[in-house]
Amino acid sequence: MSKTPLVEVKNLKQYFPIKTGLFKTEMLKAVDDVSFYINEGETLGLVGESGCGKTTVGRTLLHLYEPTAGEILYEGTPVTEKNIFSMRKKMQMVFQDPYSSLDPRMTVEDIIGEPLDVHKLYSSRGERREKILHLMELVGLNAEHATRYAHEFSGGQRQRIGIARALAVDPKFIVCDEPVSALDVSIQAQVINMFEELQEKLGVAYLFIAHDLLVVHHISKRIAVMYMGKIVETGTADDVNYNSIHPYTCSLMSAVPIPDPDYIRGRKRIVLEGDVPSPLHMPSGCPFRTRCNHACEKCAEAMPPLTDRGNGHMVACWVK
Amino acid sequence: MEKDYLLSVQDLHTSFFTDAGEVHAVNGVSFNLNPGEILGIVGESGSGKSVTAYSVMQILESTGRVTGGKILYKGDDLTKWSSSKLDKFRGKCVSIIFQDPMTSLNPVFTIGNQIEEAIKLHTEKKGAEVHERAAELLTLVGITDPEKRLVQYPHELSGGMRQRVMIAMALACEPDILIADEPTTALDVTIQAQILELIQDLQKKIGMAVILVTHDLGVIAELCDNIIVMYGGRICERGTAREIFYNPKHEYTKGLLKSIPNVNNMKEKLVPIAGSPINILNLPKGCAFCARCENCMKICLTDVPEELWINENHKASCWMNVKEAFEAEGGKK
Repeated sequence: MSKTPLVEVKNLKQYFPIKTGLFKTEMLKAVDDVSFYINEGETLGLVGESGCGKTTVGRTLLHLYEPTAGEILYEGTPVTEKNIFSMRKKMQMVFQDPYSSLDPRMTVEDIIGEPLDVHKLYSSRGERREKILHLMELVGLNAEHATRYAHEFSGGQRQRIGIARALAVDPKFIVCDEPVSALDVSIQAQVINMFEELQEKLGVAYLFIAHDLLVVHHISKRIAVMYMGKIVETGTADDVNYNSIHPYTCSLMSAVPIPDPDYIRGRKRIVLEGDVPSPLHMPSGCPFRTRCNHACEKCAEAMPPLTDRGNGHMVACWVK
Repeated sequence: MEKDYLLSVQDLHTSFFTDAGEVHAVNGVSFNLNPGEILGIVGESGSGKSVTAYSVMQILESTGRVTGGKILYKGDDLTKWSSSKLDKFRGKCVSIIFQDPMTSLNPVFTIGNQIEEAIKLHTEKKGAEVHERAAELLTLVGITDPEKRLVQYPHELSGGMRQRVMIAMALACEPDILIADEPTTALDVTIQAQILELIQDLQKKIGMAVILVTHDLGVIAELCDNIIVMYGGRICERGTAREIFYNPKHEYTKGLLKSIPNVNNMKEKLVPIAGSPINILNLPKGCAFCARCENCMKICLTDVPEELWINENHKASCWMNVKEAFEAEGGKK
């Protein structure tokens, strides 16, 4: 490929030491050898069940955790502990819980203004205020809200404040970690539309992490599916949803409750047996093989690599 | 007529008496439940769906009280029952499972202990019989190796497993009605599918009626025969699943269906409902949805719309339907 992607992740690993006994420490492989890229102005959806490592990927991208191994490139430049301060002017994050991610003792103006202060992005008080008001307008908040505190707002409005804060430094890339999961359905749609409008207007790229597959399909151009710290399938949103190949993706897609009675009642569901295995004691080879209907001997021996099945549709499975 | 229904809720009003004043959580909700029916109650936070379910169980918080209406179980009004009569009713006739299986199990007792408690309370069984029945229940809800599980504590089980245990407890005395309050909200999609499948299977096997309270339209579409849509403590629309999804007749239901991604065209832009959810401390005089409604008329602000039959399987409370019917009749008043 001639063009460098905006953000590229190569063989990212994130292990956490877990004390399992008095003198024993084991490594929890939260993210294990994950690679992907995001182009400018594009949305990559990252889906998977709780504990699969999707949030860790997002946080590691911004060096909220120090990665165990692997590379994170922003426009071809490695993101390291040394340059992360200036990198955060280009990469930002929106968090899941709009209640705990805003300081209750700060006014909206100060919350949105803080990144401006940190990166010294204004020359006068007047300019600071102007920028804040512009950001508030961008996310659909009234100027009169500037002096209020976070607790005076509803969940949807708080999420707007969080988004305005992320946008303050004019980033090119935002990690959205379950930004709509805590919101009611009717409010979800407002926030999703806003994400889309902001992308059109400002050309930001998103890594959209969520467990609601319908929402991810709607907002993303491409989707990556994670299972136990590994990407098992990635491709365009339609390919992953309609032509899923990996047995895990297939069962995931068939389990989505679709709000259409005729369709859903005629659908054949692939119900997975059992629960997700403990990440401390991962099965050998393919982590999914313990719940997979197609598992064979080879699956126990080695983790299948991601192979291209056409049109950039990558799948990690020996059988399918 | 009344006695034919397993459960008949008539003009239920439930309020919470807080420092900020009386909060009208449920304002005149009526519905009937037939034996073996799966009824879905859907709504956003603050719509009164859970409070309605808790009122039926009579397990409201200490500040909450049923202030009006009747709840008839097999024709007998349970709002007038003594607490000892209610104790026998709960668990035996109606059971409930909650959203969060982590917090609704007691962490200091074993699974066996907790299931057996329900059996001992409501049946004549003793000793080994109780234990046997508990193991049988675990098998029924699809837990393998029940003997091993019975001596384990809740923290040793996964989320899906805990919800299965909750269901086993709820079924201990073969109730006529199972109330499921957001039973799968805390679970992952693949585990959610397992639990929904289980509820469906058990309903067929045992023939109990199920009241499923949820905010997830997908779950409702999959499981329910009949659906009630609630907003601001009132029912805005009710009908069969097909009627609600394919022929919505209340502006709120229409808005709700437009604000989720369209399955047939995923890239279609969402149409959100404007404004923020209703503050039940400050209910409007007229239709609860009027502040967010696109087609709000003068009458919506002042008068609560009456429920109108759309067809034999469908009722909605929206002035728009009255207007349409009025216009269809030639506009004469």
